[in-house]
Amino acid sequence: MKNIENGFIDYFNIDELLTEEHLLIRKSVRDWVNINVLPDIDKYNHEHESPVHLIKKLGDIGALGPFISEKYGAPGMDYISYGLIMQELERGDTAIRSTASVQSSLVMYPIQAFGSETQKQKFLPKLAKGEIVGAFGLTEPNHGSDPGSMETKFVDKGDHYLLNGAKMWITNSPIADIAIVWAKNEEGVVKGLIVEKGLEGFTAPETKNKWSLRASITGELVFDNVKVPKENLLPNVKGLKGPMMCLNSARYGIAWGALGAAADCLQTAVKYSMERKQFNVPIASFQLTQKKIAEMLTELTSAQLMAWRLGKLMNDNKATPSQISMAKRNNVFMALKIARESRQILGAMGISGDYPIMRHMMNLESVITYEGTHDIHLLITGFDVTGIPAFK
Amino acid sequence: MKALICIGHVPDTTSKIRFTDNDTKFDTTDIQYIIGPYEELGLTRLLDIKDAGTDLHITAINVGLKETEATLRKALAMGADEAVRIDIDPTDAFFVAKQIAEVFKNGEYDFIVTGKESIDYNGGQVDGMIAEFLNIPSVTGATKFDLLEGKAGFEREIDGGKEVVESVFPFVTSAGKDFAKEPRIPGMRGIMAARRKKLEVITPVEQNLKTEVSKHYLPAAKPACKMVSPDNVEELVRLLHEEAKII
Repeated sequence: MKNIENGFIDYFNIDELLTEEHLLIRKSVRDWVNINVLPDIDKYNHEHESPVHLIKKLGDIGALGPFISEKYGAPGMDYISYGLIMQELERGDTAIRSTASVQSSLVMYPIQAFGSETQKQKFLPKLAKGEIVGAFGLTEPNHGSDPGSMETKFVDKGDHYLLNGAKMWITNSPIADIAIVWAKNEEGVVKGLIVEKGLEGFTAPETKNKWSLRASITGELVFDNVKVPKENLLPNVKGLKGPMMCLNSARYGIAWGALGAAADCLQTAVKYSMERKQFNVPIASFQLTQKKIAEMLTELTSAQLMAWRLGKLMNDNKATPSQISMAKRNNVFMALKIARESRQILGAMGISGDYPIMRHMMNLESVITYEGTHDIHLLITGFDVTGIPAFK
Repeated sequence: MKALICIGHVPDTTSKIRFTDNDTKFDTTDIQYIIGPYEELGLTRLLDIKDAGTDLHITAINVGLKETEATLRKALAMGADEAVRIDIDPTDAFFVAKQIAEVFKNGEYDFIVTGKESIDYNGGQVDGMIAEFLNIPSVTGATKFDLLEGKAGFEREIDGGKEVVESVFPFVTSAGKDFAKEPRIPGMRGIMAARRKKLEVITPVEQNLKTEVSKHYLPAAKPACKMVSPDNVEELVRLLHEEAKII
């Protein structure tokens, strides 16, 4: 009998493909989540509050920018390590993983990849330690899946840039010290700007009344004639390739994060099915319950293998954006299906806050849409194999 | 100052325990290993002392085969400065204590910390035996530990109270619960730094075995729970009398 109720679900012995260091990373982050996230996370979700005190702690443990160079105070790990960290954080709650994802892939990554040495020295060590919080501004009120049509723009005023426009659905924007903002210059070319908190005309109102990601702060970024210092332009990238490369890194992390949420739901359901009795037998005795469990385990195992292989490709710098799209889409959908099926196994108890399933399910409804919607990722795969873009 | 901390390589507390070879050996199939919880507290306290500014070099030591290196690496990731593995399958406490005492003699260490007992065989003997081999003081099951000027301070739980103890260097102490608040979790930077730390493998000294395990027994399986309706006291009394035979 293969016990999948406790520990790490590893039906295909994928652990043998990981290094001793990877296993220690996974266990350490799990221990950290058990102590720092799980005891209060249900309360934070109920109260629609974010455990912002954890950002500094995420920095202490090294979960912010794990793959960023040690030269800038980050751990300098490989992409499988990054994936394992995201998996364990999302087993706790998607809100925690989202904060780490945004800071790592959408803020630290572009500064390291496209920034000047001065920008790297100024921002990366503080971001790695969680001393400052970063946000990423790409999505606009009128432009989600079609960021190329963005309206936010900046003009060169000689000694500064003048920035105007608005971004929305921005994780951590109300508490962010800096935002990486993608905007068009006078020639219509997309460029990245590091916009620091406190600049006149820059506000970040919070978006309230969410029924998903309730432990994460979401908001807008509004720029009304904001004077951005010229040294805050990311010098080494132009065009949509910049934000898309950031999203590749973040979507990769999401493909792993989904495994954590899914495994938590599945383990909860399996445990419950062995304990809950109906007609004098555990409900795990029934074929329909076993079908659900077997199908969920199969889906999770496939998703784990996809994430691991993608991690190897990322490490070798060979992963294509289409492969990342496929993994993000597949794994998030897998997690959402597992959350829904697990909820069914728990019956009415499935909706109770005493179990994590409903919380994961609500969170995953955001994850299936953010960083490229479920449908857009499908069209990216369609484009990759036909050469015909269906979204234009 | 140099400290030697013994790191036990023990099964995770959620492991399913089975035996092989006619119940004389522990079956290691599917077992995940961890640092012994008391040793983890011991190391955490040493790291806390070091972080507070004391010049302390911490060496993690283990008697075991190559598979125990993952456990020693975790100790390095937590913050130990270097590690030593004595390359032999540990047998009994006398054997292990002898090996550690030899390393201590050759390494100019100031003191040794062990766990108060391993959580697999619950021996609780190694610290006392090391002290005997080295003819140095031993403070067992300490719940508080501080390095003072030229000596070390301890607290121990005793029946109905606490005992405050001081010892000169060198000494052996075994960490009990409360030795540190909660075990330190290795951070990602520590895990990466552990790559560059020295893990020395040394050959054991000869020592004849003093004891051998003739058999292990698992605890008897718990019988199934019988539910008795609250309004059926007669049946409860009958079961307690006739089946449980306790009244």
